[in-house]
Amino acid sequence: MSALDTGRSGDTQPAGVALAGDYWRPEGRPDPLGEKGRSGIGAPLSRVDGADKVTGGARFAGEFRFDGMLYAALVCSTIANGRIVGIDTRDAESLDGVALVMTHQNAPRLNTPPVFLRAPNGAAGDDHPIMQTDRVHWNGQPVALVLAETQEQADAAAESIRVDYAAEPAMTDFAIAKTQARQPDNVLGGPAEIRVGDADSALAAAAYRVDATYTTPRHNHNAIEPHALTLAWVNEAEGEGETLRIHDASQCVDLAVASLAEVFGIDISRIHITSPFVGGGFGGKTLWQHQILAAAAAKLAGRPVRLALSREGVYRLVGGRACTEQRVALGADDRGRLQALIHSGVAAMTRHNNLPEPFFQATKCLYAADHIRLSIDVADMHMLANTFMRAPGESVGTFALESALDELADQLGMDPLELRARNEPERDPTSGLAFSSRQLLEAARAGAERFGWSERSATPAGRHDGEWQIGMGCATATYPYMRMPGAAASITLTPDGATVGIAAHEMGMGTATVQTQVAAARLGLPVEKIAFRYGDSRLAGSVLAGGSQQTAAIGGAVIAAQRALVAELLSLVDEHSPLSGLSPDEIECRDEGIGAIGDGSRFESYRQILASAGRSELSAEANAAESQELGNWSMHSFGTIFCEAGVSAVTGEVRVRRLLGSFDCGRILNAKTAASQFRGGMIMGLGMALMEETLFDARSGRVMNPSLADYHVPVQMDVPEIEVMWTDIPDPHTPMGSHGVGEIGITGVGAAVANAVYNACGKRVRDLPITLDRLL
Amino acid sequence: MQWTINGQVREAEVDFRTSLLDLLREQFQLSGTKKGCNQGACGACTVLVDGERINACLALAVQYQGREITTVEGLAEHGKLHPVQAAFVEHDGFQCGYCTPGQLCSAVGMIGELERDLPSAVTADLAAGQIEWQRDELRERMSGNLCRCGAYNGIADAIAAVLAEELGEEIAR
Repeated sequence: MSALDTGRSGDTQPAGVALAGDYWRPEGRPDPLGEKGRSGIGAPLSRVDGADKVTGGARFAGEFRFDGMLYAALVCSTIANGRIVGIDTRDAESLDGVALVMTHQNAPRLNTPPVFLRAPNGAAGDDHPIMQTDRVHWNGQPVALVLAETQEQADAAAESIRVDYAAEPAMTDFAIAKTQARQPDNVLGGPAEIRVGDADSALAAAAYRVDATYTTPRHNHNAIEPHALTLAWVNEAEGEGETLRIHDASQCVDLAVASLAEVFGIDISRIHITSPFVGGGFGGKTLWQHQILAAAAAKLAGRPVRLALSREGVYRLVGGRACTEQRVALGADDRGRLQALIHSGVAAMTRHNNLPEPFFQATKCLYAADHIRLSIDVADMHMLANTFMRAPGESVGTFALESALDELADQLGMDPLELRARNEPERDPTSGLAFSSRQLLEAARAGAERFGWSERSATPAGRHDGEWQIGMGCATATYPYMRMPGAAASITLTPDGATVGIAAHEMGMGTATVQTQVAAARLGLPVEKIAFRYGDSRLAGSVLAGGSQQTAAIGGAVIAAQRALVAELLSLVDEHSPLSGLSPDEIECRDEGIGAIGDGSRFESYRQILASAGRSELSAEANAAESQELGNWSMHSFGTIFCEAGVSAVTGEVRVRRLLGSFDCGRILNAKTAASQFRGGMIMGLGMALMEETLFDARSGRVMNPSLADYHVPVQMDVPEIEVMWTDIPDPHTPMGSHGVGEIGITGVGAAVANAVYNACGKRVRDLPITLDRLL
Repeated sequence: MQWTINGQVREAEVDFRTSLLDLLREQFQLSGTKKGCNQGACGACTVLVDGERINACLALAVQYQGREITTVEGLAEHGKLHPVQAAFVEHDGFQCGYCTPGQLCSAVGMIGELERDLPSAVTADLAAGQIEWQRDELRERMSGNLCRCGAYNGIADAIAAVLAEELGEEIAR
C-alpha cells in the first residue's frame, strides 16, 4: 500500500447529508456538513498530492516545456525615477544563442493592465505602462529582456547591456514621505477613517492611558518557488487565431486571464492559464510585469518562452508588504474598560496601486471601546508597488494594537488576558452587526490552560534560566471570514465516482485534499471516488486564493453545483423509481447515491440512475449563492497566541522557546492540513517578530537585501514545537460551518513575542523586528 | 560529457557555466530538484553526491562527471517510497512541496552524517566520538533547508520517526 493509499484510508462512508441551502440568511438552515460527527469532515487525511510532492512528480510552472522554447533574462533599472536616455544592446545581440533583445524601443504595443482592487478584472500590481516608454518608475523596473537558446546565454547577454539614465528627484525616504501623507480614497473598498463617538476627548479624560508609536518594516513573501512561467502562443484550432497558453505560478488564474486579455487586446477565450502546483504564494503570486513581458517577447520572437525570475528578480519585480508607522492610544477606567481606542498612522504606497496597508482591520472588530477612531494615511513613494502579504493589515496591525493592550495591562497591574476579556464586545464595535460566531474567550481560556499561562510572572524580569531571562506574552489573533463573488463549480458524475472542477488553487494550503474530503462527504462517496480538479482557468468559476476565502468560496460553489446535480438526477428518474416525485430539498446524498431524507427504502445509487437513463456521465454546473452573510453579520476568526521567550542577558538574543495558538475558526475540515496552516502562519509571524525586514535604501530607493542570505526567514532551528488547538465550533452561516485558516496564524504573533520579551526583561520594543541590538 | 544520475549513465553537451542544478532540470528534465535562490541560501536544490548532500546550484555540472548523483527522483526504490518520503507524507512535512525534494535529500544525507558520528554546531562534546541522536541535532542539521510554508515541525517529526525506527526507540527532545 502506498503512502497515498494509507492517507486515504479510514472511515469514508458518511451518513446521509441533506442539501445545504440558505445558510447565508438570518433564518437560514446551517450547512449540515458543519454538524459534529460528520464522518470524514475534520479527519487528518494526508495530502492527496503527497506522493507527487515527495517524489518530484509534482510539476511547477517553470518545469513545463514547449518545443523550441527560449529562456529569458531581465535587466532592471538602477534609478528610482527618471528616463532611459540610451540602451546599448549591441554586445548582447552579438552573443551566441541570443534570439531577441526587447526594450521599450521594440516591444509590441501593450495596454496598461487593470489593477488589483481598482478594476473588477484587475490582477496587476500597478498601472504603469509595461516597457512602452522611456520612463522609469522604481528602482528595479525591467528595462530590457533577453531571449536566448539557454539560460546561461540569456543571463550573460543581459549582463552586457548598458543603460544610461537621466535621473529625476525621487521620493525614497519614508521619513520625509510620511510628512506629506494623504488620506487614500478607500481602504479595501471601505473608508480610510472610522469614527465612533469622540475618541480624542475620551482619551484625554481617561484615568489610564497608553499612547505609543509602533513601526513595522517592509516585508517580502519569499515563497521558496521564485515566480516562473512557461508560455507559448499556440494555434489550438484552425482558423481561430492564436491562443496564449501559460503555465504559471498563480493564485488567481481567472483574474490573470482577464487582465492579460486587456493588455493584449484579445478575447479571454484566447488565453489559457494552468497552475496545478504553486510553490507558495502568500499574496505575491498575482500578475506582475514578468508574465506580460514574457508573453510580449514570445510574440515578438515567434517562439515559446520560459521566464524564471531570479531570487533578486522577485524582489525587483514583485511587491511586498509596505512599512507602517502606527499610533495606538488607549484610554481606560480603573477596571480596565476601554473608553477610547485610537489606531491611526501611515503606510508607504505609490500613486499607481491601491493597497494602503490596512493595519486597522483587526481593531475594527476586537474591543468594545466607547469611543473609537481609526485612520490610515499613505505616504507616496517612488518604489515598486506594495501588495498583499499574508494577513495584510492584521499581521502588522495586531502587533501595534496587542502590544498597546499589554502596555495598558501592565499599567493597570492586570493580567493581559483579563484585560482583553473585560473588553469583549457583544456586537461588532464599529459596524454594529452581530457576530456570526465568536468564541474568542473560550479559545483564550483553553489556550491559557494548555500553555500554563498561570505560571507567568506578573512583573517583568521575574524568571531566569542561566543567562536567559524568561517571559511569557499573549496576544489576540483575528482575521475576517470572506466569500468573494464569482465562484462556480462543476460536478461530473460517472459510474466510477465524481469529478469536481473549479478554477481554484493549491499553493500548499491543502485545498485539493480538503475539498476532496468535503465533496466526498457531501456526495456520499468515498474519497477515493472523488477527483478534485483546480488550477485551470478553463474550469468553472473564478476563485482567488487570497483573503483566506478559498475554502468558503469553493464550498459555496460546490453546494450550488450539488443542488443542480441532484435536480438533474431527479429529472432522469422515471415514475417507477423510488425517488419519483421527490424534490431536491427532500433528498439526501448517502451510500454513493441519493435517497429520501429519513426513508431508507427510497434510494437509488448514482450508478443505477445513470444506467437506467442510459447515461455514461452527468454534469451540472452552478454559481455560488451571493455572499449575503457578509452583510448580515460581522464574520471573523479569532484566536489567542501564547509565547514563551528567552532573552539573553549577555547578547540580547531572543529565542522563542514555546509558542501556542488556540483558534476559533469554525469547523476544522482536516486536522492535519489545518494544523500545518496555523503553524505556517505562526512561523511567518515569528519571522516578522524577530528577523524579517526588507532593507530599503532611503537614498536610492533600492532594496538592499534581495536575497535569502540577507533577508532572514525562520529556519528549522528557530522554530520550537508549536502547539495548535481549536474550538471546532461551526459558524452556522458559512459553508461547512468553517472559516479560512491560512492567514490568522500570522496575526497576533508579533505582539505575543514582543510582550513575552517585555515580560522577560522589562524592555518594551515597539519597532519590528526585535533584533538583539534593540535589547542590549 | 557523462554523469551517473540515479544509477543511470546520462550524456549531454553543456555550457561550462551550467550548474549541476540546471543540468538536472533543463538538460535531463529531472525537475524534482528545485531552484529556490540559485545562490546556496535556501537548500531547495539539495542532491546527494556519493551519498553526501550538496547544493546543486553552487556546483558546476562539468565538475561532477563520474560521480554518483542521487536526486529526489532516485530516492524511492522499485516504486516504494523511501522511509523518509513516506514519513514526510504521514507527518505533513510540507505544504506547497517546493522545498520538499531538497528537504528529503538533505534528510537522507543528514542521517548518513549522524550514522557516521559527524558532529554539528549543537554537539555538546565534540570529542565524544558518538553522536546522540536527538531532536536538536537533526533540527540544527536541517537548518540549511528553508521552508517558507513553515512545515518545520512536520519535517522534524518525520525525520525523528525515521530515526526512531532505525534506533528502536524514541528520539530525545
